[in-house]
Amino acid sequence: MVNAGDTAWVLASAALVMLMTPGLAFFYGGMVRSKSVLNMLMMNFVCLAVVGVLWALYGYSWSFGNDKFGGLVGDGEFAGLANTIGHFVGVGSDAAPWPGADALPALTFVMFQLMFAVITPALISGSIADRTKFWAWTLFVAGWATLCYFPVAHWVFAFDGFTGPDNVGGWIANTLKAEDFAGGTAVHINAGAAGLALAIVLGRRKGWPRDRMRPHSLPFVLLGASLLWFGWYGFNAGSALGAGDLASVAFTNTTLATCTAVLGWLLVEQIRDGKPTTLGAASGAVAGLVAITPACGYVAPMGALAIGIIAGALCAMAVGLKFRFGFDDSLDVVGVHLVGGIVGTLLIGFFGDNDVNSAALGENGLFYGGGWLQLGRQAAAAGSVMVYSFLVATILGLAIKYTIGFRVNAEAETTGVDEAEHAETGYDYSALGGRAPVGTSAPVVDPAGADAPS
Amino acid sequence: MKLVTAVVQPHTLGAIRDALEHLAILGMTLTEAQGYGRQKGHTEIYRGSEYDVDLIPKLKVEVVCADEAALAVFDAIALAARTGRIGDGKVWLTPVEHVVRVRTGERGADAV
Repeated sequence: MVNAGDTAWVLASAALVMLMTPGLAFFYGGMVRSKSVLNMLMMNFVCLAVVGVLWALYGYSWSFGNDKFGGLVGDGEFAGLANTIGHFVGVGSDAAPWPGADALPALTFVMFQLMFAVITPALISGSIADRTKFWAWTLFVAGWATLCYFPVAHWVFAFDGFTGPDNVGGWIANTLKAEDFAGGTAVHINAGAAGLALAIVLGRRKGWPRDRMRPHSLPFVLLGASLLWFGWYGFNAGSALGAGDLASVAFTNTTLATCTAVLGWLLVEQIRDGKPTTLGAASGAVAGLVAITPACGYVAPMGALAIGIIAGALCAMAVGLKFRFGFDDSLDVVGVHLVGGIVGTLLIGFFGDNDVNSAALGENGLFYGGGWLQLGRQAAAAGSVMVYSFLVATILGLAIKYTIGFRVNAEAETTGVDEAEHAETGYDYSALGGRAPVGTSAPVVDPAGADAPS
Repeated sequence: MKLVTAVVQPHTLGAIRDALEHLAILGMTLTEAQGYGRQKGHTEIYRGSEYDVDLIPKLKVEVVCADEAALAVFDAIALAARTGRIGDGKVWLTPVEHVVRVRTGERGADAV
């Protein structure tokens, strides 16, 4: 019943997706100033710790449990990971009743989906870089995952009859029948809208936009983007939940869209600014990966090439929006993830090709003989996730802002959030040593006791 | 004794060292400095937004020498650091009251 090949691929994919969160940490960490690099890394890394715990306690169950409230959220049947060991997920048919001939162990699916739940809140952190209290952020991650990610993952990723023979899934996947292969809505639009909300709730960094904040390590940015690209194969091709043709299509499309998105971003820069930049190449890659995420299992390779170049060029232009509207989305979560997610989600309505994926629930896109119906479904899904996430993030953000405070004080922001929040600095190139504060007794390090203080 | 201080383009260091070796000046102190003068900085671009870098990397060279050698050192550095373009920097000469070589305790002109 369990398909060993599929299981191996999905487990490996889970590990690949896990690597994306540290990769994102370096992508973001290189873009901030050297005095806040540790805070940026920590805001990402802590998502692994916090969301991992919540996922086991109730997150997986709320996302993939049998539906409660008409497609809005799952029930508690898997709370505490009950009913998972020795259980399966899969698709039944007349020939092979649920979980079908190619089932996965339930915990394989639990771990794979966990990594999506981890990276989605981590993506938000880029919009509030350089100024955020660590524990306030951690609290926000727990709240937003609970109130926003778990329900939205249910809307988008929980298909009828997958985690149980009679389990009912979420409304976007099963009722609206919008297509989102790996998380254009549930991950990128979701995180992008929350990022916009938090950038507004926390407000601008001191001196922005008059003082420009130069990225302190572009090699980190490119390294992080490369790790993201690598991990994204698990994200997209792993979302086929099997090691077969569909995974290969998703893998191919992920590659091709990313290639053209890099070129698209660099061409916009060459025309607009006169130079192709490293940051542009890294950003273009991420924009392409974002945009192909919802589409990678529904379009043909030539469609992926088109989606990539459109996303790369549009996102390169969209990162300027924050200056026009005056919100300090520090690392362009809106310009890359919200815009890229919307582009990819909507373009399924043009490039969707049901010959690619026979299991697809949707209609062909406009360029493949379909009508406007699928584009309308895509827009409805994108819009509802965007509005819901923006509202939840705004309310949670304001609640934290007016209770424990979300932002470090002005002095800490000037001296550096690393020192203020973590009592560390990222880099020490000085030969001068530190010493214990006056009055503290120094530990005796000489085992012979010859130099021990008397 | 005199202190010759020069703030120059970093890439002229090799020429300055060669020139001072010809004068048998055996030591100097270097500091990586930043500054601005008439030379304009450059503009960097990050995701389309321009970032003006107006503090430019410079090299600060300091040489303490005997009174008789001071002008030769001064001229040698000024000549070696010259490219003829804006941003070549400045060289200046100041008197030094007293010097001690820490290792030997030699003082005054013997110490330089």
